[in-house]
Amino acid sequence: MEENISFYLNGKKTDVLIDPGQTLLWVLRNHFGLTGTKFGCGMGFCGSCTVLVDNEAERSCTLTIADVVDKHVVTIEGLAGEGKLHPVQKAFVEHDALQCGYCTPGMIMNATGLLLKNPAPTTEQIRLGMENNLCRCGAHVRIIEAVHTAAKEMEGGK
Amino acid sequence: MKLLGGGIIIFFRPWGLSDLFGLPAEQGKSLPKDYNAFLSIGVDGTVSCFTGKVEMGQGIITSLAQMMADELNVPFEKVKMVMGDTDLCPWDQGTWGSLSTRVFGPYMRAAAAEARAVLLSLASVQLGLPVSQLEVNAGIISDTLDASHSVSYAQLTQGKKIEKYLDIKPSVEDYTRFACVGKSHKRSDAILKVTGEAKYTGDFRLPGMVFARILRPPSHGARLKTVDYSGAAQMEGVQVLREGDMVAVLHENRDKADQAMVKIKAEYTFNEMPVNDKTIFEWMLKADTEAEVLRQSGDLEAGRKLSVKIIESEFHDPYVAHAAIETHSALACFEGGKMTVWVSTQSPFGLQDSIARDLDLKPEKVRVITPFVGGGFGGKGAFRQGMEAAQLARMAGKPVMLVWTRDEEFFLDTFHPAGVVKIRSGTDAAGLIKLWDYHLYFAGPRGSETIYNVPHVRTTVYSRKKAAAAVHPFATGAWRAPNNNTNTFAREVQIDIMAAAAGIDPLEFRLKNLKDEKMIACLQAVARKFGYVTGTKGQGRGVGIAVGIDAGTWVAHMAEVKVDTLTGQVQVLRIACAQDMGLCVNPEGATIQMEGCITMGLGYALTEEVLFEGGDILNRGFDRYDIPRFSSLPEIETLILDRQDKAPQGGGEPAIVAIGAVIANAIYSASGARLYRMPMTPERVLQALGKG
Repeated sequence: MEENISFYLNGKKTDVLIDPGQTLLWVLRNHFGLTGTKFGCGMGFCGSCTVLVDNEAERSCTLTIADVVDKHVVTIEGLAGEGKLHPVQKAFVEHDALQCGYCTPGMIMNATGLLLKNPAPTTEQIRLGMENNLCRCGAHVRIIEAVHTAAKEMEGGK
Repeated sequence: MKLLGGGIIIFFRPWGLSDLFGLPAEQGKSLPKDYNAFLSIGVDGTVSCFTGKVEMGQGIITSLAQMMADELNVPFEKVKMVMGDTDLCPWDQGTWGSLSTRVFGPYMRAAAAEARAVLLSLASVQLGLPVSQLEVNAGIISDTLDASHSVSYAQLTQGKKIEKYLDIKPSVEDYTRFACVGKSHKRSDAILKVTGEAKYTGDFRLPGMVFARILRPPSHGARLKTVDYSGAAQMEGVQVLREGDMVAVLHENRDKADQAMVKIKAEYTFNEMPVNDKTIFEWMLKADTEAEVLRQSGDLEAGRKLSVKIIESEFHDPYVAHAAIETHSALACFEGGKMTVWVSTQSPFGLQDSIARDLDLKPEKVRVITPFVGGGFGGKGAFRQGMEAAQLARMAGKPVMLVWTRDEEFFLDTFHPAGVVKIRSGTDAAGLIKLWDYHLYFAGPRGSETIYNVPHVRTTVYSRKKAAAAVHPFATGAWRAPNNNTNTFAREVQIDIMAAAAGIDPLEFRLKNLKDEKMIACLQAVARKFGYVTGTKGQGRGVGIAVGIDAGTWVAHMAEVKVDTLTGQVQVLRIACAQDMGLCVNPEGATIQMEGCITMGLGYALTEEVLFEGGDILNRGFDRYDIPRFSSLPEIETLILDRQDKAPQGGGEPAIVAIGAVIANAIYSASGARLYRMPMTPERVLQALGKG
């Protein structure tokens, strides 16, 4: 049965009449057309569907829309502000930290969640924090560099 | 010669685009002769560059644009790539084999060279000046004596197709004049990809579109006996389709389609092959095969007599999955007798043909569009999902989106084939290789070249007899540098064994037995980069060496690993690679490919293996099939040799072929464990140490 679900999507209060058991990933992609959040495995093992829920990196394929009632959900589309790339996005571009780009939104959202918790991570902490985001092309070395660069810029912005 | 209404004269050329570079005729015959098929110039001066190749991460969206920019003399920013659309792009065999730069590139350059020459001759008429007095800069043709006399490409073409051809052969640009090629460019698709705007197949939406799920058998070889889909059909909004053994559920909501699928009850008859991931190699050696001698020089008996040490080894390489993060996806729409399919494939034209054949449509009634592809690695050379979506769209009468689940992806993948290599080789008293008797079972021969300077060589390939039963229990196909990983692993480990047996440092042994100057240069370069010192080891650390050739490119690697001899755990500390790929179009792009190859190679070397029992794939998920992660990363150092005067070669695959061998040899150096079987898991390392 459909219910009214109220949450914040990319900073905007959002109400939607929907089956509360629907997967957050598919609601974002199909109901809201936010297709930057990717399907990779549907079981929380690859990280392609990572979004921020109240500033925590979460796998949207393992959550239902009911799980985010009254919470703040940020997707890759909501990260850049007013035509300006977020420091993590900018760093990924600077370092060419992507190839096919399919895992990239999830990588960026996960890295953003990591930096919100730990603004100046060591390489080891980045590796650990990114460990469960999978990339098949092998962009890992550049992703680590990009996260370092983003950390510096975000700190500098404070 | 004929005169058209517009008064533009068309000449029929006596030569084809392929003549400019002496390219293989087969491809030349199938690629269009008209340079307009490769490019068009818009009113704003934007150059659309058409290619049947697809962008799946390898970066040709950037490097092909660089080549077009230089050949046509336009700014790089003005080149827009239009890729993998069968209605818009010239025919293409498929994006594989690292062919985009080395084979498609020259055709594209030849087309651009002709377009440039035609534009110069048009400008000559318009400006009333001889071509010899004209020059092109950034898409503007001007008088060399007075730059104010000028006309742009856009003014000349006014957005129209150029209806003029040349009767003399234009020359392509000399590499020394390249402004864009040979310089590093950032990925031109990066902004789209970091903002989530880049569209992959699964991201398209059409009015009335439904999501499909298809019922799959539990194992390969199982056939549907009975099926009851009443439970699914009762769900609101669910449509069930059946044709023969194919049963599919459709719903406008993906979650609901998933739920409907679970409600289908099916029974199967099984016809399993009595083989699994442990017995497969014995199974292959016992199979009814036919042997073909692929190459032979000298006389093996003479080689045996010259040898003082003879080594016989047998190497095993298992099935490996592609495991791209984007699963096979397709969106099909059948409207007005035309089938349009958006699809993640490496072979848009192959799919077009297959759909036309299967659905009895004319090829021009099938349009295949390839958006960004989320990783291919050979696995998306197969396009079964495109055929399935097309069939369902026609049956359903509405657009159908099919995105394989991860389970389907691991089940229906065309795996890297398992294979066995047996080598019997010998060295003389001076440590020179005199004998190389190479036997390859069921893996393809790519990369089976001896490379080393050996007088008595034979390479024998064993494959299934035409009438014999299948050997592989499921589909196999190309996997990044197909089969070269298997062959390079076997050859380079065997070389290492021979060096150790001869008591010679493995670098010295290789240099001593090589005559191939490109390989010698690569080895010396990587040794310098790595800081190789003979005999460095200790504290569980060791250094390995391996070389390989793939897609016209030569590679040499060195790796340092640490082996925990109590647990068998291998940690790769660093890997260096030197690569001779001829002219490097985009050094940054090529470096990224080398890093990607090295990182991906860690998987097949250390962790990846398809586990199966008969036709059932047992590890269908990222929780059970372990691909490289951030914690697997070594320090990676790369070096591209400066070869600007040589033709460009492949870059997407070569640096992966020697990763298995370089790690195996480093493990031996670190611990004395000699591994003949990939992946080199802790259990296998312990076994090799006699502790298993």
